[in-house]
Amino acid sequence: MTEPTTIYIKPSKGLAALNLRDLWTYRELIFFMVWRDVKVKYKQTLLGMAWAVIQPVMTMLVFTFLFDKVAKLPTEGIPYPVFSFTALLPWGLFVVALNQGSRSLVAHNNMVTKIYFPRLILPMSSVFAGLVDFAIAFVILIALMFYYQVTPAWNLLWTLPLFLLLAIITALGIALWLSAINVKYRDVNQALPFLTQFWLFATPVAYSASVVSDKWQILYSLNPMAGVVNGFRWALLGAGNGPDITLWVSATISVLLLISGLFYFRSMEKTFADTI
Amino acid sequence: MTTAISVKNLGKQYKIGAAETKFRYNMLRDVIVDTVSAPIRLAKALVGKSDRRMNQNFIWALKDVSFDLDEGKVLGIVGRNGAGKSTLLKILSRVTEPTEGTVTVRGRVGSLLEVGTGFHPELTGRENIYMNGAILGMKRAQIDRNFDAIVDFSEVGQFIDTPVKRYSSGMYLRLAFAVAAHLEPDILVVDEVLAVGDAEFQRKCIGKMNDVAQQGRTVLFVSHNMSAILRLTQEAIVMKKGQLIKRAPTPEAVDFYLASGQAESGERVWEADEVPAASAPFKPITLKVRERSGKVVDTVRSTEPVVIEFEYQLDAPVTGLRVGMYLNTMRGEYVFTAFDTDDAKQYEQFGARAAGRYVSRCEIPADFFNEGRYYLGVNASSFGVKRYFMDENALSFNVDISGAPGTQWPEMRQGPIRPRLNWKIEKITD
Repeated sequence: MTEPTTIYIKPSKGLAALNLRDLWTYRELIFFMVWRDVKVKYKQTLLGMAWAVIQPVMTMLVFTFLFDKVAKLPTEGIPYPVFSFTALLPWGLFVVALNQGSRSLVAHNNMVTKIYFPRLILPMSSVFAGLVDFAIAFVILIALMFYYQVTPAWNLLWTLPLFLLLAIITALGIALWLSAINVKYRDVNQALPFLTQFWLFATPVAYSASVVSDKWQILYSLNPMAGVVNGFRWALLGAGNGPDITLWVSATISVLLLISGLFYFRSMEKTFADTI
Repeated sequence: MTTAISVKNLGKQYKIGAAETKFRYNMLRDVIVDTVSAPIRLAKALVGKSDRRMNQNFIWALKDVSFDLDEGKVLGIVGRNGAGKSTLLKILSRVTEPTEGTVTVRGRVGSLLEVGTGFHPELTGRENIYMNGAILGMKRAQIDRNFDAIVDFSEVGQFIDTPVKRYSSGMYLRLAFAVAAHLEPDILVVDEVLAVGDAEFQRKCIGKMNDVAQQGRTVLFVSHNMSAILRLTQEAIVMKKGQLIKRAPTPEAVDFYLASGQAESGERVWEADEVPAASAPFKPITLKVRERSGKVVDTVRSTEPVVIEFEYQLDAPVTGLRVGMYLNTMRGEYVFTAFDTDDAKQYEQFGARAAGRYVSRCEIPADFFNEGRYYLGVNASSFGVKRYFMDENALSFNVDISGAPGTQWPEMRQGPIRPRLNWKIEKITD
């Protein structure tokens, strides 16, 4: 038997240390939670994993009808279905973070009140499980791009991973904030449907960010998802001007959201088991 | 000998009453005021400043607790409900953080409370073993190594690839327990008070605990069951109102616990606002459990008679009255129901009672109860006319079986009663 490790338990003061080492020790649990979420999600459904495709495709079709055929929104010369589907990918990840992520602690309250493990694992694995749907939908995007003969630039090999990282940072940031607040105030559950809808309109998913007039661009980029979606369109389709000041504003907000989320989460963590 | 657990000045404070002012709307005006002030409340709550309306009271569930425990020792923890036992275990297993003080734990803490945590009904037995193992902090290699042993122990065998939602509750529990039993913690924590499941399951828990102790590992055992504490531990601590008031070899600690600090329990007092208006003219006052000496106690001995005493007030004369009790086991099975006017002569004399204050008292003979916790319910009614008052769970008490028949065998006896029967053994042939 190996020498047992010694654990010191004491009240954490102020902004608790992030204790990322502990998270590393429990990395297998993250893997198992993601695996379980994915596995359970489509159990006892007729269409199974096809749902990961149906949802964004149907949304894309509705958007195409409403905003392309009826409203005739400008898309910078890109076929509207590809244009909107590219945005729906990171948006889908964000919605998972909003909905599953923010409920992750409350949904697993029996784990939270009975055992010790780094609580960060719960919102983290919700977001990572969203990546599986993302990967499936990405295959559809590639097919769409072939069909509409949209050729991406070669630099997407490094720009796309960066924007995916930004999408994950944003999603995780919001999931940390909302899941921690939800432990104490279930108002989060009430606000979610409204928040999701509102945020969709505030993000250039169905329309192009170029319809926002120049003087509002900076204010508009305070929505971190605006930067993510624009970045995806630029990396994959070459739409827009590429990285400029608005992207840096968005990216800064995303990073701040994640860092503040981590600290808020950690400072609330000690009371989770008592208040949940 | 090295120290496995070192607890220093440990304290845990809880907020109480925070939620009480919520949802107490008397008028539409309150609703409107509440709604309008909601955003302000939200802002205050998020920055950590509590609302004036949420006048919070704090209680110390644990205060100034210090002790050291050497590796390989089995320590019993006794105390009434709310004495801080479970809070202590929760801090040791890092589920909740202390408010003050420190704990140094050498090795991994495992608890049999975690049984089945994270089980998902849609996953198969095999998948749940891996999932649950990971939640409990096992490495994949460790689960692989123990997999066959876990399946054997759980006796689910051929159903291992069936979703657990198709399992019977017994199979489910066995599988869950099998995973926890192979956790190999350095320190095992057992809170019998909260252990779910039937007697069979509790027996398994105790058996597992014994194994762990015999392997020379450290065990902390919380129980209301004094004979289990006596049987399984050498040393015990007594907790009262969040403080450690005694640490001694188990027999001494148990005697101390049974003899002291219990006076405030074994008694139920009804406040005026607890009595529904519909029960008039009957008004319950107190229900007490007394031992032979007359002392009000929470734990009675099976080998001694027990007196149950119900005091009440009649604000007007009542005819056909019977006042009595239900006795239930912890699992909700009836042991018996009895009324003070069951006897025909008593009924003639007391069926009609004038206004005034009364006590109905009865004695349950010695050698009646088996070990465990029992619940007393009370009832006052006129048969076929009106039920004045009923409280099905008015009071609970423990039974300690030291010295009862058959205690020379360390086993659990089935059934709620433990009579001392008059056995005759005859030799009828050579």
